[in-house]
Amino acid sequence: MSTELPESAVPPPTGAGESSPAPTRRTFIATSTAVGGAVVAGGAIGGSFLAAPEEVAAAEAPPSSPVSLTVNGSRRTVTVDNRTSLLDLLREHLDLTGSKKGCNAGACGACTVLVDGRRVNSCLTLAVRLEGAEVTTIEGLADGDQLHPLQQAFIDEDAFQCGYCTPGQIVSGVGCIQEGHTGSPEEIREWMSGNICRCGCYVKIVRAVEQTAGRK
Amino acid sequence: MHPFTYTRVSDTREALAAGRRGGRYIAGGTTLVDLMRETVERPEALVDISGLPLGEITVTERGGLRIGALVTMSEAAAHRKVRTLFPVVSEALELSASAQLRNMATIGGNIMQRTRCTYFRDVTADCNKREPGSGCAALHGVNRTHAILGTSDACVATHPSDAAVAFAALEAQVRLLGPDGERQVPFADFLLRPGSTPDREQALRKGELITAVEVPALPRPLKSGYLKVRDRQSYEFALTSAAVALHVRGGVIREARVAAGGVGTVPWKLPAVERHLVGERPSDSLWTAAAAKAAEGARPLQHNRFKVELLERTVARQLRIVGGTK
Ligand SMILES: Cc1cc2nc3c(=O)[nH]c(=O)nc-3n(C[C@H](O)[C@H](O)[C@H](O)COP(=O)(O)OP(=O)(O)OC[C@H]3O[C@@H](n4cnc5c(N)ncnc54)[C@H](O)[C@@H]3O)c2cc1C
Ligand code: SF4
Ligand code: FES
Ligand code: FES
Repeated sequence: MSTELPESAVPPPTGAGESSPAPTRRTFIATSTAVGGAVVAGGAIGGSFLAAPEEVAAAEAPPSSPVSLTVNGSRRTVTVDNRTSLLDLLREHLDLTGSKKGCNAGACGACTVLVDGRRVNSCLTLAVRLEGAEVTTIEGLADGDQLHPLQQAFIDEDAFQCGYCTPGQIVSGVGCIQEGHTGSPEEIREWMSGNICRCGCYVKIVRAVEQTAGRK
Repeated sequence: MHPFTYTRVSDTREALAAGRRGGRYIAGGTTLVDLMRETVERPEALVDISGLPLGEITVTERGGLRIGALVTMSEAAAHRKVRTLFPVVSEALELSASAQLRNMATIGGNIMQRTRCTYFRDVTADCNKREPGSGCAALHGVNRTHAILGTSDACVATHPSDAAVAFAALEAQVRLLGPDGERQVPFADFLLRPGSTPDREQALRKGELITAVEVPALPRPLKSGYLKVRDRQSYEFALTSAAVALHVRGGVIREARVAAGGVGTVPWKLPAVERHLVGERPSDSLWTAAAAKAAEGARPLQHNRFKVELLERTVARQLRIVGGTK
């Protein structure tokens, strides 16, 4: 699991066109770390390395850009530090913590979301590049109280243990079904291989995807 | 990650101007963002080229393929013409990375991707590729996944791309656009062996843009395919791989294109294997005899000796899969 501090902790993006929600524990932490400014950007809180002087200087005014995107159907306009990943934007600023950070390097799939209908790794997606994009996260799959069929299938098939990989598995599974790569359990396994499950629930995950694809 | 400015460009002229000023192109971002986060890469200015009109696949007059630099790996792999004309290309792509990464990553970025050598990715380790003159931690370190062909004392890292192995086998051309206009570089000259300058990886001039990869026409019927051997069944880089294309007419092999991956500092074309095949009739013993030449000149390291035999077997097996036994 990544111990790295999200780049976007400094400074928090300014929301426009979106009334800011009441402070939660999460936004409180993000805001209070931002007060620490340069120290935080250097990673002192993580404690694993000291800030290089030029990094501290740069952290005072890191280049940022405005971006407008749609997340789970609602329009968001934010100004982000250019380094902010879509994953950090979702988790640290939009309070959508369903997408998980496993490796932060494209190697586990826990951060999988749909961008313009296609499954991608949000940890390797720079938020600043998403002008006009439509993002769907695990939080956006259900229809009100009605779970997405694949969410229901994960429950029915008992396709998780700790649940950490599950949001990524489900969003990836939705992508896999849309792409039509569900012809056989082998095909599902191959096309779902971008999602690692440390608990080893693969057999049931494949079954949940297969069952949902078959129902369509 | 070091801070950087961000610009989006919408035509190639704008892109080249930004590139000339030292801007770094970003396509899918799956290599670049990853390495920026590790501070292996520290560009000060990112130039987003995803809006450029380089996303087309066209069939050339003689029956070759031109794949635009911004075509994603998943689009290229699924494209009907790629699948029918050069299955080796779509197989190499589909056996790469994951469905999510292939939706993001582009063909141009794929051939530009940097090595997965763990010392290269670890900024505390000595690495001539990352920091020229600092040494090579892999040479006497954990080098099980490293190269056995094309290495130097300065660097023994493999080129990780699968698609590049198919392109090397098929003798593709890389089309480039720079301030002085267009040029075309044979694939074999595009990716550079490390020699004493492992930090120089491509024959790309400053600010040059890859516009397409062009696969030349080959006589038909052509059978082709890609085999990848790895530590796990999927979502893993190659230990060894083989790209094979054969044109057989009248029971005789008339043309052979063979290259190997996971073993070279660049995708490793196998001309000695090709020569052994041309003019012969397909047979099991031919595949084995030709593949015995695959590892010629190999210089294995302490932990990757196994790659010599694995390479020969990988090539033999893929020749058999593509060429059959009669
Ligand atoms: C976990 C993981 C597993 C992977 N497994 C595999 C695998 O099994 N096989 C495999 O082949 N690959 C694999 N990859 C690598 C992946 O295929 C590459 O990261 C991807 O193809 C790079 O393309 P991109 O468009 O994202 O490039 P970017 O990250 O955008 O760019 C990469 C480099 O190319 C330059 N560049 C991009 N486009 C152009 C252009 N048009 N002109 C000039 N320069 C350009 C950029 O400046 C940058 O230096 C894996 C990656 C990850 C993270
Ligand atoms: S093999 Fe190459 S990339 Fe790896 S440590 Fe040595 S010089 Fe660096
Ligand atoms: S967090 Fe592991 S792939 Fe994104
Ligand atoms: S359920 Fe625990 S990692 Fe998948």
